Amino acid sequence: MTLKELWHKLGSPRWFYQISAPWVTGLGFAGLLLIVIGVVWGLAFAPQDYQQGNSFRIIYVHVPAAMLAQGIYMGMGAAGLVLFVWRMKVADVAIAACIPLGMAITALALFSGGVWGRPTWGTWWEWDARTVSTLVLFFLYIGIFALREAITDLELKGRASALIAMVGTINIPIIKYSVEWWNTLHQGATFTLTEKPAMPVAMWVPLLIMVIGFYCFAGHNIMTRMRLEILRREAGTAWVKSVTSS
Amino acid sequence: MNLAALFLREWRIVMRAKASLVNPLTFLFLAVLLFSLGAPGQSLHRAEFAAGILWVLVLLTNMLSLDGLFRRDYESGTLEQTLLAADAPFIPILLRVAVQWMSTGLMITLLAPILGSFLGLPASALPATMLALILGTPALSLLGGVGASLTVGFSRGGVLLGLLVLPLYVPVLIFGSGVINQQMAGMPIDAQLYWLLFISMLALTISPFAIVTGLRISVQLQ
Repeated sequence: MTLKELWHKLGSPRWFYQISAPWVTGLGFAGLLLIVIGVVWGLAFAPQDYQQGNSFRIIYVHVPAAMLAQGIYMGMGAAGLVLFVWRMKVADVAIAACIPLGMAITALALFSGGVWGRPTWGTWWEWDARTVSTLVLFFLYIGIFALREAITDLELKGRASALIAMVGTINIPIIKYSVEWWNTLHQGATFTLTEKPAMPVAMWVPLLIMVIGFYCFAGHNIMTRMRLEILRREAGTAWVKSVTSS
Repeated sequence: MNLAALFLREWRIVMRAKASLVNPLTFLFLAVLLFSLGAPGQSLHRAEFAAGILWVLVLLTNMLSLDGLFRRDYESGTLEQTLLAADAPFIPILLRVAVQWMSTGLMITLLAPILGSFLGLPASALPATMLALILGTPALSLLGGVGASLTVGFSRGGVLLGLLVLPLYVPVLIFGSGVINQQMAGMPIDAQLYWLLFISMLALTISPFAIVTGLRISVQLQ
């Protein structure tokens, strides 16, 4: 199957429903396995930090959550673009599936940041640059959520939220830069794909495992939600009836 | 399409229905008064917060005036005709946003010396304040227009509009008050001014598309 054919088929919710079943299982198991390995390795076997002691270990939740919080929003922006250019129904289903998970993960990033901030910075909340941009991100999620709640028409709901997701995605880098310019106390980014990490191997390997595990979990969660949403929207069609009755 | 006539039409509507011009500005002065009363009397440190307070109030004033940006034309059906008349009615829509900017951003810039003095800004910081306002407020009107285009279909879209738009205003707030604070600290302000200009230019390039798309969605909600 060529890429073009695949793209065409993705436009069909039914095809997506059928093809996604093994992915859901696979990503679910991979995520579970990686997170369990990452948690045990990170909490029990990774060496202590020479300054922060054991309190640094919350990094294994905080950093993956913060990365995922942004990643999911960017994914929504990309899905929004797909919805506008190709009018793909599945893209709207993806946006709808991303919002609740994105909000929860952003809240987790903020909360775990507070828990980490208490022993290291001496405060639960500090108006620090990256903390603030995560909070702004949280509000961006709430905005899309509220907009979707306000519109009843399914198609218009999708197009409106896709538009605001795209505008938000263009603005996120500017917001991040401006907030960074405004004030920063945060330690530098722990993990970038382009640079060699500054921490020892024994510390960052479990972190990498956790990051990948979180992404697998997100893929699993989003796809499961998408499948349910597709069943709900297509309820009444023959293929959904045959799926649900068997 | 006669641009001058279109512009004059919009401008006359604003000037004749004075409420849409005067009410947001009155709100701005009222809010400045409330802030001054909330601070301890004769507070010597007000200048420290003045830039931030001024810019936050500018954002809120702009947001208040945005709710009426497309509402009248939406309800009368003019908006639907505008959208039908041209493939991409960017110019009439942009003119409307421009007039909204003139009645808020430009007016606030002109009134900034008075507002700044009320808030305790030193006279030496006032030119920089005006410069920051005139470069930054177009972005507020343009980005706000996107929110307004999506919420015009709801009878009570005000709070939702704020929720959608205020997070996008964050960079303008930061660089805008940054200009004033840097100026008071005697530091160069070029970088922040360029940033404000950049944000406004970026908003000018992307929001016309977004606003027209948003209006097309809203028109179908009727």
